[in-house]
Amino acid sequence: MVYGRWTISGGMITIAIGLLGLLYLLVVGALGLRPSRPVLPVAWEQPMGLVGLVLFVIGNALGLFYAPAERFMGETGRILYVHVPAAWLTMVCFLVAATAALGFLFSGKRHWDSVVESACEVGVVEGVLLLILGSIFARPTWGVWWSWDPRLTSSAVMMLSFVGVLLLRGIVRDPDRRATWSAVATILAGVNVPVTYMSVKWWRSLHQIQSETMKGSAIDGSMRWILYFNTFAFLFVSVWFLARRYRLAEARAEAEMPEPLPPAVPRPGVTA
Amino acid sequence: MLGPVRIEDVSRRYGRRWALIHVDVEIRPGEAWMLLGHNGSGKSTLIGCLSTALRVHEGRITMGGRELWEHRQDLRGRIAVLGHKPHLYDDLSAAENLSVWAGLGGLEADIPGLLRRVGLDPERRDPVRMFSAGMRRRAALARMLLKQPELVLLDEPFTALDPAGRELLVGVVRSLRDAGATIVMATHLPQAARAVCEHALILEQGRPIYTGSVDGLPQDLAFE
Amino acid sequence: MRTLRQTAQMLRKELLTEWRQRSRVSGIFWFALATVLMVAFSTPESTILPRIAGGTLWLGLLLASTRSLDQSYAVEHEHGAMEGLLLWPVEPVAVFYGKALANTAVLVGVALALLPLLVGIYDAPIHGSLPMLFLTVLLGCGALAAPGTLYGLITSQARGSSVLLPLLLFPLVVPALLAVSNATTKIFEGDPMNQAPSWIALVAAFDAVHWSLSAVLYGRIQED
Repeated sequence: MVYGRWTISGGMITIAIGLLGLLYLLVVGALGLRPSRPVLPVAWEQPMGLVGLVLFVIGNALGLFYAPAERFMGETGRILYVHVPAAWLTMVCFLVAATAALGFLFSGKRHWDSVVESACEVGVVEGVLLLILGSIFARPTWGVWWSWDPRLTSSAVMMLSFVGVLLLRGIVRDPDRRATWSAVATILAGVNVPVTYMSVKWWRSLHQIQSETMKGSAIDGSMRWILYFNTFAFLFVSVWFLARRYRLAEARAEAEMPEPLPPAVPRPGVTA
Repeated sequence: MLGPVRIEDVSRRYGRRWALIHVDVEIRPGEAWMLLGHNGSGKSTLIGCLSTALRVHEGRITMGGRELWEHRQDLRGRIAVLGHKPHLYDDLSAAENLSVWAGLGGLEADIPGLLRRVGLDPERRDPVRMFSAGMRRRAALARMLLKQPELVLLDEPFTALDPAGRELLVGVVRSLRDAGATIVMATHLPQAARAVCEHALILEQGRPIYTGSVDGLPQDLAFE
Repeated sequence: MRTLRQTAQMLRKELLTEWRQRSRVSGIFWFALATVLMVAFSTPESTILPRIAGGTLWLGLLLASTRSLDQSYAVEHEHGAMEGLLLWPVEPVAVFYGKALANTAVLVGVALALLPLLVGIYDAPIHGSLPMLFLTVLLGCGALAAPGTLYGLITSQARGSSVLLPLLLFPLVVPALLAVSNATTKIFEGDPMNQAPSWIALVAAFDAVHWSLSAVLYGRIQED
């Protein structure tokens, strides 16, 4: 692992919590469970988003001002406090999209399709953020805006695959076709992520091992809580995005819903 | 044998709009039905549902008691469709087309005999691309006959056929009927279809407005 | 057994139609050759040409594959043959494998025709083993054809398909493309470290995943 041992454990915990939250989202959203009486005057994700934004501001301030400069990269290393969470959450979004796509293909329920739409779109947005942050990070660290580092390259390819899914969704008018087709494309894109990572890793590492420059660049153990803090901020904001986008997708699907079937009328002139 | 075809309160939509509304008919084995109505009345949609190309959204269709959509893989071998499109490969000759389709379905067929039956020369080597519309219809008819179907679906079968072609088609459909096949023919030309069909279903804006014998129809009925 | 026979029949049909329109198939070759030439023109120094020969071959094949897939489905949609296949007693898996094998065959043909020219134009002598090169070509073409056959079916039915197919296909085949380009380059340059086999293994793994996954998903797309 590039970021050291602690990122693995941290990442696992975050992803686990994230998945739990998203599972809740899916259960509530996909199964259409609603509390009999609304607990809050606004949708549940709204306060969550607000908390997320507040955490986000605090987390950034902590990373920029409170945390000491990183040992090897100096001030540049501070970007890791947002770069790493962005990477994790992008992965989580695409994982959710692929899971929902499987769910759609097996169950045929329209709600899963809304989850695919929402997760793909949020994932692409966070992926763009990830790539921009990566570029900014790469410039002072490696002296270039872009490096053929396996992580960077496979993130870019992953992004492109999901952009393809979104375009496919934009082009196909028929809701049933759109759902099936984009589910298939999402699954293929999802399956491809680890394969791409492996291939890119082999591809350049045979010649130059740039990612090695980042080895041992761990944020000091006592500061890793700031990273978690930021991860939670990202998580909250992402779930907020996902939920809002899901509701939008549902509303659109509602608008595409068939007209009610006209009632049967007694037929004039029927003979046996 | 396939048994009766039951169309049980079937409705089907495209996008938001309902194209078939509460169609409910039972077609007994060996019967021949004509499906009448103006353009856009839902004739082709009903043919599509019966052919398993389209899924029904409400109600169900059964064939011999088996739900059509569920058993579509099985039943497709026994349903033959002559649709708007000939389902042929442009670059192959008529004989090659038939041999390709027979091979795909694992069907035994006397291909030269079939071609002669529909009035095409089995020796002709030119691709279907060079065929006139009428000849293409004849080739499509031969393709349909590869199957020895138990349910025959025809969607505007008289289109592009000259009087001789129409006669040929009527003859072929009659012989299929005599062999025990059930016929459903969508058309807006009731006079031509009377030669084969003794039952009629009239659709208007997706709704059935007449179900029964052709004898109950006015002689000058027209949907032009 | 039945699936196998249907796959063989589908492959036969594909190869027959492609043989009939061989001028269009040769067009794919010229397209690939043009790509390879354009890359050579856009390279500032001819000394690096031998080193990029392997990658250029696969770039040419990748671009050519989108043309060939487009054509493969244009034939199917022209006269509703794709719908005909759906309603014929043929398994979707057989349709997929037949088409994918045929697309692989076309690409392998183009690749084999391109290789000697590439050796000439790019001054890339083949130091490595020739059988291994053929294996790479075979596996690489298969890796382009399998997901391409699936996505081709999707995009051929959507508007703006000419943009959509590359957009869906290219990111997906990046791993395969990296692997075959590297293997080919290694075989061209001679492979003292014996790295080519591991790249070939990666393409083989990619093939295994996509030749099975796409076949399963194909039926879902066809049915819709």
